[in-house]
Amino acid sequence: MAQTRKSQLVDPLIDNNPITLQVLGICSALAVTSSLKVALVMAIAVTLVTAFSSMFISMLRNQIPSSIRIIVQMVIIASLVILVDQVLKAYAYDISKTLSVFVGLIITNCIVMGRAEAFAMSNPPVASFVDGVGNGLGYGLILMVVGVIRELFGSGSLFGITILETVNNGGWYVPNGLLLLPPSAFFVIGLLIWAIRAWKPGQVEEREYKIQSVEAH
Amino acid sequence: MEGLISLAVKAVFVENLALSFFLGMCTFIAVSKKISTAIGLGVSVMVVQAITVPANNLILDYLLAPGALAWAGFPDIDLTFLGLISYIGVIAALVQILEMVLDKYFPPLYNALGVYLPLITVNCAILGGSLFMVERNYDFAESLTYGVSSGFGWALAITAMAGVREKLKYSDIPDGLQGLGITFITAGLMAMAFMSFSGVKL
Repeated sequence: MAQTRKSQLVDPLIDNNPITLQVLGICSALAVTSSLKVALVMAIAVTLVTAFSSMFISMLRNQIPSSIRIIVQMVIIASLVILVDQVLKAYAYDISKTLSVFVGLIITNCIVMGRAEAFAMSNPPVASFVDGVGNGLGYGLILMVVGVIRELFGSGSLFGITILETVNNGGWYVPNGLLLLPPSAFFVIGLLIWAIRAWKPGQVEEREYKIQSVEAH
Repeated sequence: MEGLISLAVKAVFVENLALSFFLGMCTFIAVSKKISTAIGLGVSVMVVQAITVPANNLILDYLLAPGALAWAGFPDIDLTFLGLISYIGVIAALVQILEMVLDKYFPPLYNALGVYLPLITVNCAILGGSLFMVERNYDFAESLTYGVSSGFGWALAITAMAGVREKLKYSDIPDGLQGLGITFITAGLMAMAFMSFSGVKL
């Protein structure tokens, strides 16, 4: 059992990553990664919400009638997100301003719903909690990697601390402004997926159309 | 009126929900393989967006905002912290009602859009539209315009994306980029194209 708990926690990091393989929760992954600090806060918030919503939904799973389960899940998730939102507003107001609508959007973040629906509805609370944490961490990992790339090369700093002295401040590094703009998030994630799949060829998708090779003729 | 037109143009092109705020990405990536399904989903999103944004605007103004309950005799109550849960409730309920109404009175439309409607409840673009409406303090007319045009912008983006992907499946893509990877990069290129609209003012 201990082994399965561990694999539940570790699997979503690379082998079954919510963003690069399950295609869940991409919206916020792209939007909040232009600075690392914000990405970190978002990752923590999502991990907490996923873990606790999975746990509560799993506790209630035998009581929820399946016809209204989506609404029940929504209410549980929304209440947790309100908690997170209020805490952020109280203790980290600047970050909550930068995150703007994306804290609220954790509600519709497909990771939370996806795990609730796919795992928590059919598994006991502790296992669901671990699964939630694992998926939250897998999400956080991608967020941090993208955040590091975008902030380091886009503004020459990490966590707001200057690493590469930019030309404007008399240094040598010419910041790549494109990395701070929306399109770059798509490119970075696309390339990241390529990198992961080059490392783990098992994740490569089948081609819909095979290109005929010349030798066959 | 001029303000509303400029708001609409901005919502469709410059601040496109899908391509500059990344909202509704999950469905955007998952359902953009065929043009016909993409159009169906796009139209449903537009319809739901056009109803929910103004509806949530009314909820905010008459129930949640500080002092909004003055008409019921509670001028000191501030319920804004209930915002998130009310908006998502309104969205879920409206989608359900819309589904039933379409089923009863417009069966052909229901058959065309029916399968997409439940998906829409969890589409971030819808909740995102309502949250932007709150954050930017739109009044009722503005929220109506914003709802319609942001939904249209999303529909435009997903249709264009499906068009590109239909052609793309015949091309020779490196193994690791197959599927998801190339879709992201395509979306990035599209987002770049949409960025060239920024600065357009009417």
